[in-house]
Amino acid sequence: MNIHIAAQINSFLAAFVLLTAFGMLVQRRMYGLVHLFTWQGLFLSLNTAVVGYVAQRHHLYISSVLTLALKVILLPYILHVLIQRLKVHKEIETVVNVPMTMLIGIALVIFSYHLMSPVRELSTLVTRSTLAVALATVMIGLLMMITRKHAVTQIIGFLAMENGLFFAATSATYGMPLVVELGVALDILIAAFIFGIFFFHIHTTFDSLDVEQMARLKEED
Amino acid sequence: MTITPIGTVSCSLILLFLSALLVPFLRGRQHFLINISFTLASIASLLGAVGGIWAVGSGITNKLVLPVGLPDLPFHLRIDPLAGFFLTVICLLSLFVSVYSIGYVKGYLGKRPVTSLAIFYCLFLAGMLMVVLADDALFFLVAWEVMAAASYFLVMFEDERIENRRAAFLYIVVAHVGAIAILLSFGVMAGLAGGFESFSGYTFDAMRQAQMPVQWAAAAFLLAFFGFAAKAGVVPLHVWLPEAHPVAPSNVSALMSGVMLKTAIYGIVRVTFDLIKVFPWWWGAVVLIFGLISAVMGVLYALMQHDLKRLLAYHSVENIGIILIGVGLSMIFTSFHMPLLAALALIAGLYHTLNHAMFKGLLFMGAGAVLHATHERNMEEMGGLIHSMPWTAALFLVGCVSISALPPFNGFVSEWLTFQAFLLSPALPSPLLKLLIPLGAALLALTGALAAACFVKAFGVTFLGHWRGHHNPRVQEAGLTMRAGMILAALTCLFLGLVPTALIEWMDILTEQLVGAKIGTTAGTFGWMWLTPIAPDRASYSGSIVFLGILVVVAVAYFLLHVKTVAIHRAPVWDCGFEKINQRMQYNATSFSMPIRRVFGFLFSIREQVKLTPRAAQPVFPKKINYYLRIRDRLWGWLYKPVVEISFRLSRRVGKLQQGRIQAYLIYSFITIIVLLVFSR
Repeated sequence: MNIHIAAQINSFLAAFVLLTAFGMLVQRRMYGLVHLFTWQGLFLSLNTAVVGYVAQRHHLYISSVLTLALKVILLPYILHVLIQRLKVHKEIETVVNVPMTMLIGIALVIFSYHLMSPVRELSTLVTRSTLAVALATVMIGLLMMITRKHAVTQIIGFLAMENGLFFAATSATYGMPLVVELGVALDILIAAFIFGIFFFHIHTTFDSLDVEQMARLKEED
Repeated sequence: MTITPIGTVSCSLILLFLSALLVPFLRGRQHFLINISFTLASIASLLGAVGGIWAVGSGITNKLVLPVGLPDLPFHLRIDPLAGFFLTVICLLSLFVSVYSIGYVKGYLGKRPVTSLAIFYCLFLAGMLMVVLADDALFFLVAWEVMAAASYFLVMFEDERIENRRAAFLYIVVAHVGAIAILLSFGVMAGLAGGFESFSGYTFDAMRQAQMPVQWAAAAFLLAFFGFAAKAGVVPLHVWLPEAHPVAPSNVSALMSGVMLKTAIYGIVRVTFDLIKVFPWWWGAVVLIFGLISAVMGVLYALMQHDLKRLLAYHSVENIGIILIGVGLSMIFTSFHMPLLAALALIAGLYHTLNHAMFKGLLFMGAGAVLHATHERNMEEMGGLIHSMPWTAALFLVGCVSISALPPFNGFVSEWLTFQAFLLSPALPSPLLKLLIPLGAALLALTGALAAACFVKAFGVTFLGHWRGHHNPRVQEAGLTMRAGMILAALTCLFLGLVPTALIEWMDILTEQLVGAKIGTTAGTFGWMWLTPIAPDRASYSGSIVFLGILVVVAVAYFLLHVKTVAIHRAPVWDCGFEKINQRMQYNATSFSMPIRRVFGFLFSIREQVKLTPRAAQPVFPKKINYYLRIRDRLWGWLYKPVVEISFRLSRRVGKLQQGRIQAYLIYSFITIIVLLVFSR
C-alpha cells in the first residue's frame, strides 16, 4: 500500500468519525446513540490499524485491538444493559434545538481547521490532515454534553470526547506510548463502571436521570 | 554529643510534640491526661527557657538543618541571641502558665472533655518556639500557621457559644490576611536575594546578604509590618484581639496575650534589624506613630470595658504600642547612626516585651482564677473578692502595679527607659523630628496615667467593696498549682523590677549584634543597685532602694495600726440618711470610668439612655430607673464594615456563577477552552 492511498483511507475514516460525531449530536433515541457510538469506535479502531501499518508502528495494532474490544464491544454492551435496566430508551430532550446545535457544530469544525492550519504546514506525518477532525470531535463531544439533559447521553458525550482525544493522539504523533494507552483504556473501563453505579444511585435518589434535577443539590443562600 | 542551646530547645520541641501525640490515647482518663500533658509542657518550657537564657548569655549562634520540608528546601533552624531572648520570654511565661493550667483546666472536668485543649495547647507552644527558631521563610511560615491554627482551635474550645465561634472566625480571617502579607514580604526579599527564578533566596542567610534596592526593601518592610501588626493587634488591626482573648480559656488567653503577640514583635525586629539592616528614618516613624496610636487608643478602649478579660485584652493593645514605641525610636536612631541611643531604645522595647509577658500573663491568670471561682467575667457583678480569695487578690494587685508602671515592679523600669529614649531624641539632626518626638513622650505619659486609672478600676471593682451580683456564689480560693503559677510570675515581676542592670547586661549582646552598641557598661556604672542608662548625672533609678522604702513605710503603718488594737474601729457605713442602702449602690466599673468617658467620648460611638418609670402618686420619685449604655468602636464602622459589605456583595455576585446545573459548568469549561485556543494560537 503506498503512502498516498493510506492518506486517502485515513482521511476517509476521519470523515466517518466526524459524521458519526454529528450523528450523535442530533440523534434523539438512546439506542441510536449507542449504535452511532459503536460505529465511531469501529472507525477509530480501523484507522489506528491503518496508521500502524503505514507508519510501521506495531504497538498501534495492540491499541487498535484494545479499542475494538473496549469501545465497540464492551462499552456499548454495558450501555445497552444500563438502558434496559433503567428503562430510559425513550426519546431525549435537548436543551438547544437541533438545527442550532448543528450550526454550532459546524462552526466548531471550521474553528478547528482554522486552529490547526499552522500545524498542517509544519507536520510531515501522513495523518496531518486529520488533526483538525480529531479536535472537532473532542469539541463536539463537549457540545453534546452541554446540550443534553440526560445523564446517559452525557456519558456518551464524554466517551465521544475521549474518542476524539485518542484520534488526535494517533494523527498528531502516531499514537501515545503503549503504557499510556493501556492506562487510558483501563481508566475508561473503570469510569464506565463508576458511571453505572452512579446512574443507579441517581436514579433511586431522583427517580429520574435528568441532570437538571441535580440543581436541587445546590446550597441555598 | 555536647549539649548546645539548640539541642536543649529541640528537646523541648520534641517533648511538646510527644505530649500532643500522647494525649489522644489518654482520652478516657481526663484527670490523668491533664496532669501528664501540662507537666510535660512545663518541663518542655523549662528546657526551652534554659536554652534561651543560655543562648543570650553566651552570645553564641547555633544552626541546624532538618532533613524535612519540601524537596531541596530543607527546614533551617537557628538560635542566636535575639531568638534566645524571645525563647526566654515565651518559655518563662509558658512554664508559669503550664503549672497554672494543671489546676485551671481541672475546672472543666465533668463539664466537657479537655483532650483537644491539651493537644492544641502543646501544638501552640511548639508553634511559637518554631517561629522563633526558624531560619528560612518556608519554615517560618509553616510555624506561623501552626501557631495560628492551634490558637484558633483554642479560641474555639467552648464552641457552643456563638460569640466564641464569631471571635474565632474573625481571628482566623485577620491572621490569614496578615500571613499573606508576611508571605509576600518574604517573597520580595527572597526574590531580591536569590533571583525570582529560583528558590535559593528563601533562607534568612541569603536575605541577610542581599543588596536590596530602597523601594523594594520599603515594600518588603511595609508588607511585613502590616502582617505582623495584624498579629500583634496594632490599632487599627486590633479588632480580633478583644474578641478572641476573652473567650479563650484563661490559661490560653494568658499565653496569647502574653507571648503570642510577642512573636509579631520578634518578626518586626528580625525583619528590620537583622534581614534588611539598612533603612531610612521614616520606617521608624511609621512604627513609632502606630505604636503611639495603639498605646493611647488601647488604654482608652480598656477603660470603657466592664468585662475583666476584655479589659486586659485591650491593655495588650496598649502595651504592644509601648513596645513598638521603643522599637520605632530605635529604628529612627539607627537610621541617623546613633547606635548608643538606638541600643537604649531597643533595650527599652525588648525589656518591655519581657515585662509585659510576665505581668499580662499574671493578670490573665488572676482573671482566670476569678472566673474559675465565680463563673463570671462581668466586673459589674463582682466585688469583695479580696475576702474570699486573698492570694489571688494580692497577686492580681502585683500585676496591676506592674502594668501601671509603678515602682518597684518591672513595668516601671521599661517605661522609664522608653521615656529616657524619648527625652534623648532632641539629639537627632532633623529639626522636624526634634519637635515632634517629644509630643510622643507626652502621649506615652498620658497612656501611663490612664492605665493606672484603669487598673485602679479593675482591682477596686473586682476585689474591693461588696459582692454586686444578684446571685451569690460560693467563692473558693484558687488551688495550689494555680497559685504556684501566679506566684512564680509575680516574683519574676518583682525580680525584673529590682535588678534591671543585671538584665540589661545579659541583653547587651542583642543590641551589640543588632545596632552595634551596648549600654550595659554605662547602665551599671554604680553597681547592680543603680540603673543609669546613659550617664549617671542624667538619670538614675534604683528599684531596690524604692522597694526598701516602700517596705519600711508599710511596716511602720502596720506597726502603728495593729500594735494598738484601738486604732482600728469598725462601724456601720453612713448611708446619708437614705436607710435602704444596698450593694448595687457601690461604685462600679461604668461609673468609675464615667469622667474619662465624658472627656474622650468623641473617640467612640456611645449611646446612652436613661429611662424613668414614674410612680403614679409621686411623679417626682420614679419607681425605677433604667440606664442603657452601648459603646462601640468607631473603627469597625469606618474600616471593617465597608470591607465586609463589599466582600459579601462580591461573593453574592460570584455565587451566581454557581447555578447547580451541570450544563452551566460544562459551558464554563467549554468557553474557557475556546478562549484559550483563540488566544494561545
